[in-house]
Amino acid sequence: MKRCVYINDDEDLSHDLYCDNRISNTKYTLLNFLPKNLWEQFSRFMNQYFLLIACLQLWPLITPVNPASTWGPLLFIFAVSASKEAWDDYYRYLSDKKANEKQVWVVKKGVKTHIQAQDIHVGNLVWLRENDEVPCDLVLIGTSEPQGQCHVETSALDGETDLKTRVIPSACAGIELELLHKIKGVIECPQPDKDIRRFDANMRLFPPFIDNDVCPLTIKNTILQSCYLRNTEWVCGVAVYAGNETKLGMSRGVPEPKLTAMDAMIDKLTGAIFVFQIVVVIVLGIAGNFLKETEARKQWYVQYPNAGPWYELLVIPLRFELLCSIMIPISIKVSLDLVKSIYAKFIDWDHEMIDIQTGTPSLAANTAISEDLGQVEYILTDKTGTLTENQMIFKRCCISGTFYGNENGDALKDVKLLNAVSSGSPDVIRFLTVMSICNTVIPLKSKNGGLSYKAQSQDEEALVRAAAQLHMIFSKKNANILEINFNASLLQYELLDTLEFTSDRKKMSIVVRDRQSGKIFLLSKGADEAILPCACTGEQIRTFSEAVEQYAQLGLRTLCLAWRELPEDKYQEWSLVFKEANSTLVDREWKVSEVCQRLEVDLEILGVAAIEDRLQDGVPETIETLRKAGINFWMLTGDKQNTAIQIALSCNFVSPEPKGQLLLINGKTEDEVCRNLERVLLTMRITNSEPKDVAFVIDGWALEIALKYHRNEFTELSILSKTAICCRVTPSQKAQLVGLLKSCDYRTLAIGDGGNDVRMIQQADIGVGISGREGLQAARAADYSIGRFRFLKRLILVHGRYSYNRTAFLSQYCFYKSLLICFIQIFFSFVSGVSGSSLFNSVSLMAYNVFYTSIPVLVSVLDKDLSEKTVMQHPQILFYCQAGRLLNPSTFAGWFGRSLFHAIVVFLITIHAYANEKSEIEEVSMVALSGCIWLQAFVVTIETKNYFSSYHEFSV
Amino acid sequence: MNSDGPSSTSGVGGSADLATPRRNSKRPKYSKFTQQELPACKPILTPGWVISSFLLVGIVFIPIGLASLLASRNVVELVDRYETACIPDGFKKDKVKFIQSDSNKTCNRNLRVKKDMKPPIYVYYQLDNFYQNHRRYVKSRSDQQLKSKNKENETDDCKPEATINGKAILPCGLIAWSLFNDTYSFSRSSQKLQVNKKDISWKSDRDHKFGKDVFPKNFQNRTVKGGATLNASIPLNKQEDLIVWMRTAALPTFRKLYGKIEVELKKGDVIQVTLENNYNTYSFNGKKKLVLSTTKWIGGKNDFIGIAYLTVGGLCFLLALSFGIIYFVKPRRLGDPTYLSWNRNPGGGSNN
Repeated sequence: MKRCVYINDDEDLSHDLYCDNRISNTKYTLLNFLPKNLWEQFSRFMNQYFLLIACLQLWPLITPVNPASTWGPLLFIFAVSASKEAWDDYYRYLSDKKANEKQVWVVKKGVKTHIQAQDIHVGNLVWLRENDEVPCDLVLIGTSEPQGQCHVETSALDGETDLKTRVIPSACAGIELELLHKIKGVIECPQPDKDIRRFDANMRLFPPFIDNDVCPLTIKNTILQSCYLRNTEWVCGVAVYAGNETKLGMSRGVPEPKLTAMDAMIDKLTGAIFVFQIVVVIVLGIAGNFLKETEARKQWYVQYPNAGPWYELLVIPLRFELLCSIMIPISIKVSLDLVKSIYAKFIDWDHEMIDIQTGTPSLAANTAISEDLGQVEYILTDKTGTLTENQMIFKRCCISGTFYGNENGDALKDVKLLNAVSSGSPDVIRFLTVMSICNTVIPLKSKNGGLSYKAQSQDEEALVRAAAQLHMIFSKKNANILEINFNASLLQYELLDTLEFTSDRKKMSIVVRDRQSGKIFLLSKGADEAILPCACTGEQIRTFSEAVEQYAQLGLRTLCLAWRELPEDKYQEWSLVFKEANSTLVDREWKVSEVCQRLEVDLEILGVAAIEDRLQDGVPETIETLRKAGINFWMLTGDKQNTAIQIALSCNFVSPEPKGQLLLINGKTEDEVCRNLERVLLTMRITNSEPKDVAFVIDGWALEIALKYHRNEFTELSILSKTAICCRVTPSQKAQLVGLLKSCDYRTLAIGDGGNDVRMIQQADIGVGISGREGLQAARAADYSIGRFRFLKRLILVHGRYSYNRTAFLSQYCFYKSLLICFIQIFFSFVSGVSGSSLFNSVSLMAYNVFYTSIPVLVSVLDKDLSEKTVMQHPQILFYCQAGRLLNPSTFAGWFGRSLFHAIVVFLITIHAYANEKSEIEEVSMVALSGCIWLQAFVVTIETKNYFSSYHEFSV
Repeated sequence: MNSDGPSSTSGVGGSADLATPRRNSKRPKYSKFTQQELPACKPILTPGWVISSFLLVGIVFIPIGLASLLASRNVVELVDRYETACIPDGFKKDKVKFIQSDSNKTCNRNLRVKKDMKPPIYVYYQLDNFYQNHRRYVKSRSDQQLKSKNKENETDDCKPEATINGKAILPCGLIAWSLFNDTYSFSRSSQKLQVNKKDISWKSDRDHKFGKDVFPKNFQNRTVKGGATLNASIPLNKQEDLIVWMRTAALPTFRKLYGKIEVELKKGDVIQVTLENNYNTYSFNGKKKLVLSTTKWIGGKNDFIGIAYLTVGGLCFLLALSFGIIYFVKPRRLGDPTYLSWNRNPGGGSNN
């Protein structure tokens, strides 16, 4: 199926065919809210159970208590969750509305008009200005730039913050601005999908523009919804996908509600209690019916009719069902929801988790999963911006054998270098020149005369900035002319060719002609292993490789800068080959790279620049503490392998050599990857028993293959390996890895800061976003957002652990107190002829469940078993939570036994102490009730104290 | 939709441009509560603490137990089971037939006083195997009807003893219908002993639960009579037997107060009881007993409380003793981190 988009078609042909640009993320409408929400709530087993009980209670023949005692809380619970949902949905509606009502310029009937974004139809011509957000997926047809280019920022889509260049299709090149309004044609494009890297379509313009030539379109010709237009005055495009059918809209799934391990356990235990209840009901029901036939018929004062209605046999079992229905406490959901929201508030309020620089407090967006934080087993972390500051700063350099910045750690303040610059040392000047122009940076002059740089990579920006600080200011890029201000003199270079950076080549070069001397130069920069081998023979590269080594050990990113003068004729000759290679259709990349290789030889190495991406404060300590707490770390980064490994080393991710070992898995083909994988797996199995830090390193390509063809082996590897570094992975691979770990039943926490981490964050059991420099997408999608990575320690060890302990106590206590009263009811039924009468009246039961038990126990949200300091000092304490030692079937069995024992004690004491003359039912019930109340209060006190003293308990 | 984008630009040499956080960046308020720093004491259960608290419980409980046991032992109780004895020999085979017949049911019993009994001496009747707590029974009453005159038609809960010929029964329900109707009169050496039947019910019941202007109506008018009939000219709050009976018992064996004898009975006295054996417990093999009992501060005769106190106190005492021995024989430092599981050598002699 293809969709045909008629450009600028005013006859509204396609209007009905494809949806308009109304974005809707809401879950409900006004009409379907009630039924849909109720349906959703009732799809939970617990709610169905409560509803059934509540309905049964409407039957006065069997109800032991007033139906209001169940209906009240039930309605309350439903009202609370429904209004929460409604509230959330209302906010979604508001943000949709804001996006939908944004004003955009659209051509209607040949005239540019201002309309609301939601009224854009497929086929409309949309005009955008600089810094506008793209309202729907557009195919470009015109820009303000003469080359037909425009720049977009796609961070909302893929998390990459660099500017991407998009071009208009060749068919539209050179169309006059006025004619753009009248352009007509047809675009044949695929049905909407969510692939943001693919758009295979073609376009045919109707005469008079170009006579029926089919022009192919790629993703390069589109700008997608939610991108921002940058550095381009205006663009004009045709809407091809609109509304929820855009690439963004298609990839935006409703994230599934997260269920914590504890919730799952509580559900399981509830199920067990339910089974127990059914057994009790059946046994007592049969016994009751039997006794009725044998005994009660003789009891004239009961006046059993001789023939009852058809449902007579059911009456006693149903009575017992209702009597026992309090076994599953309706209050547990309310109590847990309440305390969970308090935990979340504690996170919001925590003063120790406020980022001092920006004043951003932590935020728990998902209030329901705090206790999962205490059970995390794997942390998957992004690198840039999460572990590091994502602030590239030029720190050191080595220019022709001289080290700058070694003394004070900052080359920009090194007097030696400053002197060398002012004295005009030719080596330094050349080094600076390469730093400032050998890149794809675009200098932008703002209106007030300030200068800013837009760069595809942060490294380049850092270099340009550093050069500018050293008085080599890259001031203007005007078509092909590059201008540099150096010490008040203007240097102009004509950009002849750009040999682009690819991850295979690991270097990029430009060819420029010096306007002053007319000479042609090749300027290169790149990774040491890519540049140093290309040095001209005879040059001493030893010092440079030493410098690289030295810098790498400091955790700095290194770039080698080199240059070469080109003879005019040689360049011309090469230029032709280059152009030819650039226009080949088959294997273009490979060919271009080969041609580039021909020019990038005999380089004169100028020096090594070292850039620091500083680790955030406290990252190594945080990782070390959390690893001690038994949490495994995986680093998933889009960055290259070497940098990733360096950062991993510097932040205690892996231990350096003798103790730690890195196993690399890479390869481009299936065979290679398979061999590597097997080798690593073998090593891993052997070393698993040794106290050795083994980590595997895999890159995106190999990961793709491994996940596709060797899933089982890779899964085994993941289980064996405590640490892993995955580099060059895409957002979806990050999410896949999270899914893989989850499928092995591990609790995962994903932490990241950029839009590319969003999917991983949503996939993981717990998503943590760092409200960092790469915008707030991650923080928005996350369950928790924190200002700095180091807060993770406190989030897990303090908040997570406390939440786990408190919820574990609270949930089991809820069952305990309900079982306690229920057991007494059951025992009472033995002395009341198994007829299903209730010892307690409705008011007592209500009061017991609400005032005496549910509310007082809420103080346990303030309970701290160990001080925060102790936990931070002995992170191993977290093992207890991770292993789920405080809430599992055996602890629950303990609580069950406790309630049984307590019920026996209360019941026996009550009936014996009141055995004779004063055995009135109300009195006995009050005494039993107060017995229960005192006993459970005692249990709460004891438990709280127990926790207070469990440091002592550990040692037992 | 995401409307947030880093669009700020900065000058040459400035820091990298920051995505200005849109979030409300105001600091949350500081308070001890929000920081979870509320002052708290953390009592640690040190051995001394545990031992002394157990000891204390033992010391307090054992005397209480002894005292209550003593008091209970000093209560004098006379119990006479009469339901079988009061059936004439000819009816021993079919007791139910006897009780349902119109024959004379008067029965004489002699009770010998074993110990001096100081007044007031409480007279109880005790029924065994009578389920006043049966679900059909216990709910079959209308408290509103008993309380106020204009609610006499509120008989919904009273089935099957709610109405007769469309008119409301007052008091309705199975409980009232099955009112106990054996009567006792006592004499000592042919001299009548007065039984005071006033104030045998709860005062609050008389004042608030049974109306003073509510009179029995249509009561026991059916062919099948349950128990006692009521004098239709006496208001319900004066019908104390009914009020006592309406306080349903929690257990199938129960005593209900019949009256008080306000003279002292001496050891060796023989008391003649003349009773009307009207109430049918025979169809369900229920026992009937007549009980005369004195009281002490602990109430009637009940050894249970004393025994319970003694057991718990003794147990705590024993525990305190054994903990003390363990503590002195094998003491260990409190909070010794070497005992922590991750500090213990795997396999290295953990002597605990």
